[in-house]
Amino acid sequence: MDLATFLVQCLNSVQYGLLLFLLSSGLTLIFGIMGVINLAHGSFYMIGAYMAFALAPYLGQHFITMLVVGVILAVVLGYLLEWAFFSFLYERDHLQQVLMTFGLILVFEELRAILVGNDVHGVQPPEWLSGSFSLAGMMSYPWYRVFAAVACLVVAFAMYWMVNRTRLGMMVRAGASNRDMVRGLGINIKRLYRIVFAMGVALAALAGMIAAPMASVYPNMGSGVLIICFVVVVIGGIGSITGALVASLLVGFVDTFGKVFFQELSGMSIYLLMAVILVWRPEGLMGKRS
Amino acid sequence: MTAADSRSAVLADAQDYAEAPLVTSKGMAAPDARALILPLACAMVLALLAPVWSSYLSDLVVKIMILSIFALSLQLLVGGTGLVSLGHAAFFGIGAYATVLASPQEGGNLLVLLLAAIAASGLCALFIGAFSLRTRGVYFIMVTLAFAQLGYFVFHDTSVGGGSDGIYLMVRPALGVIDMESGRTQYYVVLAALVVVYALLALIARSRFGAALAGIRVNEQRMRAAGFSTYWYKLAAFVIAGVLAGVAGFLLAARDGVVNPELLAWHHSGEVLLMVILGGIGSLRGAVIGTVTFVLLKELLGTHAIVGPLADHWQLTLGLSIIVLVALLPKGVMGIGAQLRARRAAGSDAAAKGGAHHG
Repeated sequence: MDLATFLVQCLNSVQYGLLLFLLSSGLTLIFGIMGVINLAHGSFYMIGAYMAFALAPYLGQHFITMLVVGVILAVVLGYLLEWAFFSFLYERDHLQQVLMTFGLILVFEELRAILVGNDVHGVQPPEWLSGSFSLAGMMSYPWYRVFAAVACLVVAFAMYWMVNRTRLGMMVRAGASNRDMVRGLGINIKRLYRIVFAMGVALAALAGMIAAPMASVYPNMGSGVLIICFVVVVIGGIGSITGALVASLLVGFVDTFGKVFFQELSGMSIYLLMAVILVWRPEGLMGKRS
Repeated sequence: MTAADSRSAVLADAQDYAEAPLVTSKGMAAPDARALILPLACAMVLALLAPVWSSYLSDLVVKIMILSIFALSLQLLVGGTGLVSLGHAAFFGIGAYATVLASPQEGGNLLVLLLAAIAASGLCALFIGAFSLRTRGVYFIMVTLAFAQLGYFVFHDTSVGGGSDGIYLMVRPALGVIDMESGRTQYYVVLAALVVVYALLALIARSRFGAALAGIRVNEQRMRAAGFSTYWYKLAAFVIAGVLAGVAGFLLAARDGVVNPELLAWHHSGEVLLMVILGGIGSLRGAVIGTVTFVLLKELLGTHAIVGPLADHWQLTLGLSIIVLVALLPKGVMGIGAQLRARRAAGSDAAAKGGAHHG
């Protein structure tokens, strides 16, 4: 492998890892704060990708506007879903959450089939991001991937700032470590949950929108990505946002380089990584020891 | 009190603790016998009715019986030990793949292939269990899920089992007069397997080992304090469950003559978990009833004659039904009776209170 290929793969790894972080941080937020195992999280990613496909003809050239509009739509969707469905799941045990969100996946998949069909679609990156630049004088690298990485990084920093520096973040952290205490302090836990859930949905949908111009938009894209998110969350340690970031980048690297070196076994590489890490630390890299 | 004494005390407690019918208390011979009458009667009816059934019906029953074995094997983990695995389809698929991969061109010996399926699924369960059981709770759910995906990709991405298209069985396995090529033989072999697996699990539930598993489900800390090495008990349960799922996979491969990676996919694990919960966690009967309910529900929602044009969107109606069923029946079909009784009791309580207020 020459230097240029290596560099390209490194960039791809980071970019993919950051995208995974957007997705898994949403999953971690929802699980860590509300204790809900949400198997339908992958569906929100799929919804985001289809949103990009639907919005592209109108807002494709104003890509940032399109992302903002999409995020707003996703927040509304998340807020409504929490009100109509997920708020009933808190009192249920994990088993029932698994099943009810499993049912929700079927509903989302079929609704997608009814609304947009089962075709595979492509989304064009906007013109101002469609070129590529030369890397080490040998390889060209698409600008859109750079944009995707930067966008994910910006959101990751915004998340970090929100969780560690704002009042909402303080409540979120408190809610993650002791729910009853937060309730006891008179914080409106219902509203906090609704906000956190809507944020989780928005993060997943944003990841889907950003991913759409790089990968095609296709049925079942959500369920594949969901399992990878679970792997990330398990490796990082459940409930730890920092753990999710470290694990995302790790999974990004292993998956990308696995595809380069062991083409046939690439699907398995991240699960092997997970096995190795769990042997070493059963509670994940940054998980709390029980 | 010696250590052995305290251990049996804990075991006796574990049996009392376990309200679930999977573990019944000692010395209650009468209910035990009664608990076996209904399943045996069902098996007899299934055996006697087979000749008069249409091939569609008989096919459907075979499918339900195979999936029942699969669901029963998961019941040992979920209902028996309190371990929620979301990767159980891996062992089902591995059993099925082992059967096809081990069969020679001109058709294999049924017993040899069954042993191959058992060995393969058992070894995989030992490996996966050894790692997964280091974790607990939600981690366990996610780790089993991820390991099953690993198995899925082994068959999906490599040419070991024909890649994503799967692989065909040239000739179905046979043993003397028992030839799986015949639909009738398939039916009776599957029925016999169901009876054996059911009986085996009923025996486990009544054994010391089953009581220890129930104790782990109720309070693992206490079992460990009493000197049980709970890890090994859980691993044993995990391997037994994996082997039984492998047996179900063997039967599926022998019936269909074809296997594909979808057998291991996590959706399949989700479905079998759903069957167990739909029936009722903790009872063997529940696992079978849940399987029947789920397969019939799926069949019903996909039939044009019954639901009209909605049949084209059976995933939508199935998904909504799952949500509604889980919401309304947290204890499954087996819990309906208790739920109704509780509601009636609550109703009469409220009435009594209301009366007192008025008086």
